[in-house]
Amino acid sequence: MTPVREEKRPAVHVDLRRGLLRTGRWSLRYDPRAVLVCVLLAALAALAMVLALGTGTYALSPAEVVRTLFGDGPPGAGFVVLDLRLPRALVAALVGFGMGMAGAVFQSLTRNPLGSPDVIGFGNGASAGALVAIIVLDAGTTQTAVGAVSGGCATAAAVYLLAWKRGVHGYRLVLVGIGASAVLGAVTNFLYLRADIGKAAQAASWTIGSLNARDWSDVTVAALGVAVLGPVVLGYARRLTMLEMGDDTAAALGVPPERSRLILLSAGTGLTALAVAAAGPVPFVAMAAPQLARRMTRAAGPNVLPAAWTGALLLTAADLATQRLTGSALLPVGVLTGVAGGAYLAWLLRGERRGARL
Amino acid sequence: MSAATASAPPPDTAPDAAPGSRTARTRAALRPAGLLLGVVLLAAAAALSLAVGTKGIPLDQVWSGLFTPSGTENDAIVRELRLPRTLIGVAVGAALGLGGAIMQTLTRNPLADPGLLGVNAGASAAVVTAIGVLDITSFTGYLWFALAGAAVAATAVHALGGGRWATPVRLALAGTAVNAALFGYVNGLSLWHLSTLDEMRYWSVGTLAKRDVSLLLTVAPLLVAGALLAFALARPLGAIALGEDHALALGTRVRRVRVLSVVAITLLCGGATAVCGPIAFIGLMIPHAARAFCGPDPRWLMPYCAVFAPVLLLVSDVVGRIVVPPSEIEVGTVTAFLGGLLFIHLVRQRKVAQL
Repeated sequence: MTPVREEKRPAVHVDLRRGLLRTGRWSLRYDPRAVLVCVLLAALAALAMVLALGTGTYALSPAEVVRTLFGDGPPGAGFVVLDLRLPRALVAALVGFGMGMAGAVFQSLTRNPLGSPDVIGFGNGASAGALVAIIVLDAGTTQTAVGAVSGGCATAAAVYLLAWKRGVHGYRLVLVGIGASAVLGAVTNFLYLRADIGKAAQAASWTIGSLNARDWSDVTVAALGVAVLGPVVLGYARRLTMLEMGDDTAAALGVPPERSRLILLSAGTGLTALAVAAAGPVPFVAMAAPQLARRMTRAAGPNVLPAAWTGALLLTAADLATQRLTGSALLPVGVLTGVAGGAYLAWLLRGERRGARL
Repeated sequence: MSAATASAPPPDTAPDAAPGSRTARTRAALRPAGLLLGVVLLAAAAALSLAVGTKGIPLDQVWSGLFTPSGTENDAIVRELRLPRTLIGVAVGAALGLGGAIMQTLTRNPLADPGLLGVNAGASAAVVTAIGVLDITSFTGYLWFALAGAAVAATAVHALGGGRWATPVRLALAGTAVNAALFGYVNGLSLWHLSTLDEMRYWSVGTLAKRDVSLLLTVAPLLVAGALLAFALARPLGAIALGEDHALALGTRVRRVRVLSVVAITLLCGGATAVCGPIAFIGLMIPHAARAFCGPDPRWLMPYCAVFAPVLLLVSDVVGRIVVPPSEIEVGTVTAFLGGLLFIHLVRQRKVAQL
């Protein structure tokens, strides 16, 4: 099997006319423009992080922030920057990175620019899990995250199995996911209305996605997703391109459609799960990042890595903006990304309708 | 995608094209009987809705409370607490059922539902804006917001879903995205005004409880206008269900019918949402069940939906009252739960090609 697949690979590349880096059985296709875009996005995200680190009651100039990061800052800045603000900034970047990457996977698998992990019920599953933890089990932050991740993953698995009918078609997956979302939404509402107002506020704040009061354990969770599942997604990115051409074409090109889809869905869901565990279900980052990335690289296909960096920049910038605009770290970042999401949909509507691509 | 009536089982797809066939004739004979059955069921559901609750009241006392009140406690419960709720349930249920029937016929989408396609979310977002930002607390004040929000969101979903090229999946995705954006906004606003969160979280789940009958009286003209418009549109909508080219050939003014349909949907669903908050899936479930009895012709489908949808709504409401005593589950939660399950079932039954 393997040698056959090896031989088929060059045939695909010639069509796409891209750069190629190959060692042994691993190969990396790259596009100079995409690499440039990634570097720029990473630089901008780093800049936004530095600005965010200097924002707050104890304000610091960017230069002071950088000096503090290298252990040479003004007295007292070390505690504020490294212990209080750095975890939050890192969580923002890592969560955005993971969500952008997962969004690219899901949009490619559903072949629709509105695809996101939420379309297979992940969001409502995670919310239901979190609410059970907060309201029924009276859980703290960590248990809430565990509840959310279990809820989201269980839902995604259930939706996948329910959509199974001699293979999972992308569209059936989407529609079953919408149905499951409704059922779970009902459960969530039921719990939400039974909670006292304090717990309801805690749950509402969690449900919308917040970066407030993150610590190093959240960083670890988010980093785990990116470090473990990121490479899996990147390794399968080319299969994703082939799956976009249709199951039959992909199979003819030596990509087993069902197994590849399952692995990619699992990795995408896992990435989302760990991101959600760290920051809650921040809306629209997964939906918007891949589309923005594709416009910047001007490349067809899933654009996994550029989408991930776009996500990192989006969330870091959104966090900076919420802190700067309100002068407080308390407003959930999800409020801003939710409102921006509306603008994004309007833009998508304007751009995509001409080609009826939606 | 001319799966015009993909929602109906094969014999139902062209009932009027084969009027001589046995199934068509049998059904034609049974249609009025089915409608009559619906009216009987509606009366039973209404009686149930008046009798069941934290305090069960025997049916004979419900009867005497309604028609020969003698001022007992039970009479007061029936007349002042349960009767408004039941009346609102009937009106709102009929409106949502009709709205769903128009939507499914117009979009030729078996999965269309006002809740899924953004109408409820639009109305919610507008009402929450009225309450939270503009400090409008009177019901008549935010009624117009609900209607405007419903209209804007329905139009946006339709456009985002591809307009005339909309497929069920595109529409469903567009609806999900718009719902996500609007409910995110609703949540965000509730958090911003924490004092109103408590009020809003109850409004944002559809319920028949604690609604004043004066709300219904305010909205009644809108619901009636919407219903009349719906029945007037039944014939041209039936033509559109055959496909736009057919409809044009039959002399239907497709564009005008589309616009009027959106007006009817907005009046019916926006009005219903203004009274009860968002209640999803009634408009999905009922047309499906009704079609199995009366076929896809809107001239029959609409009366069926208008009668059977309140039955489902009232029964769901009663179920919500007795499942977790002493508190209740809001009817919107019950219908979303049942509707979501039916939705999954429908999707699993259907071949993807038909979608």
